[in-house]
Amino acid sequence: MTNAPDLWAGTAVKAAGITEATATGQAVLSRANIFAMTQDAEDAVLRPADPGAWPHGMRAALACRIACLNDAQVLADHYGAMMGTEHSALANPLDTGADDDLAPLLAFMDKVAARPRDITADDISGLLAAGVSDADIVRLTELNAFLGYQIRLVAGLTLLSEASA
Amino acid sequence: MTDVIHKFTRTVPTWRPRVAPVSLPDASPEQLDALQVTPSNTKVSDYVLVLAHDPETLKVRSPLFNAIMYDAGGMSRAEREVGAIAASVVNRCIYCAAVHANRHAQLAKDTAVTDAIFATGTSAALGARDRAIFEYALALSKCPSEAGPTHIADLRAAGLDDAEILDLTLSSALFGWANRLMHVLGDPIRNEVSA
Repeated sequence: MTNAPDLWAGTAVKAAGITEATATGQAVLSRANIFAMTQDAEDAVLRPADPGAWPHGMRAALACRIACLNDAQVLADHYGAMMGTEHSALANPLDTGADDDLAPLLAFMDKVAARPRDITADDISGLLAAGVSDADIVRLTELNAFLGYQIRLVAGLTLLSEASA
Repeated sequence: MTDVIHKFTRTVPTWRPRVAPVSLPDASPEQLDALQVTPSNTKVSDYVLVLAHDPETLKVRSPLFNAIMYDAGGMSRAEREVGAIAASVVNRCIYCAAVHANRHAQLAKDTAVTDAIFATGTSAALGARDRAIFEYALALSKCPSEAGPTHIADLRAAGLDDAEILDLTLSSALFGWANRLMHVLGDPIRNEVSA
């Protein structure tokens, strides 16, 4: 199983600082297929061929924001490096989006990221009333939900790796 | 909206979408392609039709989900379900909790663990191994994560090896994803009782 060079360059594995010659690295190697699909999922939510209303730079800025809300600094840096300048203000969790008419969108994203249990039907009907399409609501939610996974995967991998050191 | 379920249950509810699902007759070739890789391709659920609005993500998510929950080796399937249930309790995803509590009860041939979790929530009295698994998955599911070195130490003390801890991390993290789709994009409702 040395023919998987991309495994060690994948976002989650790299962010947690996992290398092959460690106990955690061997566990990761046994799930190489899962880490390859995890990277494919990042590509699909961050850099889709059809981004709908949410361009790639904006997605990266939102990903950076969500990582910040989770105290996931390495991932925040990862997404911050790909967001460009046009949407970079959104990456700051203190930015409410009021200047760009994005307040409902950012409030929704923050709530899904940090307090998903508090989401109600009103949160979705509010976005629809603000003119966001069904498809664009799903796209936003998938981006946020994927990060909910990736951030926790990195957090757990980091703990496991540190406990083996 | 009195039909929406707010209490945890092993009886799987119906999921009512909050956005319009993709209409199958109007689906694009890319959406149809993504829909084929879902576990049930004979009858496509409203949930999968909602996710088909983002076919690029759906296409990679379905096989990833199956690999994390069902691939051979590592942690037992029942214990992976405990990771899923813990995330669903933190995120209060009634639908996911029901599906995976039901699956846990089938795999473990026992309802005691999920009875305890649903009766007392995050303070459920469990055996040492399930307790370590549940506590870690609960902590990891918070925002920001509250999982720490003591959780890993407790898992190891309960007999889990690194491959199992990785599988548990994957299954509970995966439900950080699944809960944010299921709980955000729809409501769990009572199945209609036929007259």
